[in-house]
Amino acid sequence: MSGQPRSVEPLIFEISRPGKRAYSLPRLDVPAAPVEELIPAEYRREKPPELPEVAEVELVRHFTRLSRLNHGVDVDFYPLGSCTMKYNPKINEEVARLPGFAHTHPLQPEETVQGNLELLWNLERWLCEVTGMDRMTFQPAAGAHGELTGILLVRAYHRRRGETQRNKILVPDSSHGTNPATAAMAGFEVVTIPSDRQGNVDLERLKAALGPDTAALMMTNPSTLGLFDTNIEEVARLVHEAGGLLYYDGANLNALLGYARPGDMGFDVVHLNLHKTFSTPHGGGGPGGGPVGVKKELVPFLPVPVVEKAPDGRFYLDWDRPQSIGKVRSFYGNFGVAVRAYAYILAHGGEGLKAVAEHAVLNANYIQARLKDYYDLPYDRRCMHETVLSAKTLKETTGIKTLDVAKRLLDEGIHPPTIYFPLIVEEAIMIEPTETESKETLDRFIDAMIRIYHEAHQEPEKVKAAPVRTPVGRLDEALAARRPDIRWRRDEG
Amino acid sequence: MAEMIFPADLKYTREHEWIRVEGNVGTVGITAFAQDQLGDVVFVELPPVGTEVKAGQQFGTVESVKTVSDLFAPVSGKVIEVNTALEKSPELVNQDPYGQGWMIKIELSNPAELDALLDAAAYQAFLKEGH
Repeated sequence: MSGQPRSVEPLIFEISRPGKRAYSLPRLDVPAAPVEELIPAEYRREKPPELPEVAEVELVRHFTRLSRLNHGVDVDFYPLGSCTMKYNPKINEEVARLPGFAHTHPLQPEETVQGNLELLWNLERWLCEVTGMDRMTFQPAAGAHGELTGILLVRAYHRRRGETQRNKILVPDSSHGTNPATAAMAGFEVVTIPSDRQGNVDLERLKAALGPDTAALMMTNPSTLGLFDTNIEEVARLVHEAGGLLYYDGANLNALLGYARPGDMGFDVVHLNLHKTFSTPHGGGGPGGGPVGVKKELVPFLPVPVVEKAPDGRFYLDWDRPQSIGKVRSFYGNFGVAVRAYAYILAHGGEGLKAVAEHAVLNANYIQARLKDYYDLPYDRRCMHETVLSAKTLKETTGIKTLDVAKRLLDEGIHPPTIYFPLIVEEAIMIEPTETESKETLDRFIDAMIRIYHEAHQEPEKVKAAPVRTPVGRLDEALAARRPDIRWRRDEG
Repeated sequence: MAEMIFPADLKYTREHEWIRVEGNVGTVGITAFAQDQLGDVVFVELPPVGTEVKAGQQFGTVESVKTVSDLFAPVSGKVIEVNTALEKSPELVNQDPYGQGWMIKIELSNPAELDALLDAAAYQAFLKEGH
């Protein structure tokens, strides 16, 4: 079912013509030196590189047109479950571009960057207050990087205590794929714990899996089902009694801001996704930030350096931490991301952050309540910041799958939710609206989902043919994955 | 699901693998149900020949356009052959799950483990329960 491309922008190589230039240089006002004198032969190209040749106006139009094919939160609704695609206030960008932040060099002497260090020091305290942790590092560049850092801290903790036999990390079957991947990458064996019928961690299966070889349980709470694990205190007690640590995947912290703290639930290590909860740009618009917070028992192992405050009020970087796991990234992490999160927290204040959580949860529950008569709700409970629906019945009655529903949403100008995740829900549709969406936007999304539901019954072919209003139609994803064609070659062009 | 085939001469796991035993060698793949749930398979990662696998433990992964799933060994033993055709043509898993889409051959170290597996009827009943 591969649709024909409707208006595909050509590659820049395809509009290239020999001799075109997008620049003109002033006349050379120094003696010309032959390249042979400047660069040794072994470093010189034999042939000039095949760069595209276009005029400036063609260059600008090409990339402007490409940029208009993008979908982002600044274009329309983006309810990608567990990704917290909230709107990022533009004042964050303005603050991050202040010269005192943007133009500092990471190797400047400490006395010339006191303001930057103070910002990191304050932000660490605020995020520790939000999470109930004692100290935090800002080095990790993203969530998964934070996970790896956190699990390396867990490993250092057990090793320090001589408990090197703790080689297993438990993960619920609803966990983000990065959790088991992190554990495996850090050299642990991964043990999956099933969820019970409520969507909580199955306590009996957890008990059976815990033992003297348990290093940690990695949990997301609320889980990827959008459900708060109501047994969390019992889970924490069991893991700690077995000598293990509790790791908090902060992907879903948006639901709890100001209301509940992982530290109070018994978590020992937390990573945050500043690019989710604290409104800094995601992915390509990034970079991200994955700070890791720990309880005091794990503080000695934090990456170096950490920001400290001297008795005279001066801020400095402390490198003298003999038990540290070392550096996990150059310098101090993505500082500009920390500045944006700082601006966001300052703008909201404590009450504002609580309102973030309230609206995030309210919005998700509104969607759940309005859609549950049309799509399956596998775990029929009040949800937190996201709701997981399923097109299982729709597929059985009409042949329209979750994938088709998602493709049809594209025709409405809406980015589809996360689909086929969590893995324990068949035909999963995982919707996270975030707090920044208005009731009007939510209603437009809900109405579109209901319209697609009816269309699936009345005109299923229309849904299967979607999308029809996008630059390209349904692509052959299997062929693209099996035989990726991602490189332009002159002889094929 | 009515059109799906579950050959009677195979044994099945609750993780949706099948095994066909001939003498002391078991050929392993994934079921018609599994490939249908996965959707188009784009990559199959298999262990090298000579690897010792244990019943119930992971021996490889299968990646589809939807997801990546672990493959679990139905029985213990040594891998004596892997289906190298899947490197170039992973779609065989979708097209012919019980034939050309086979994955590994295991020399059984404990044939008694076969008794713990499901027969075709039990596997279909297991699927009906909603797994």
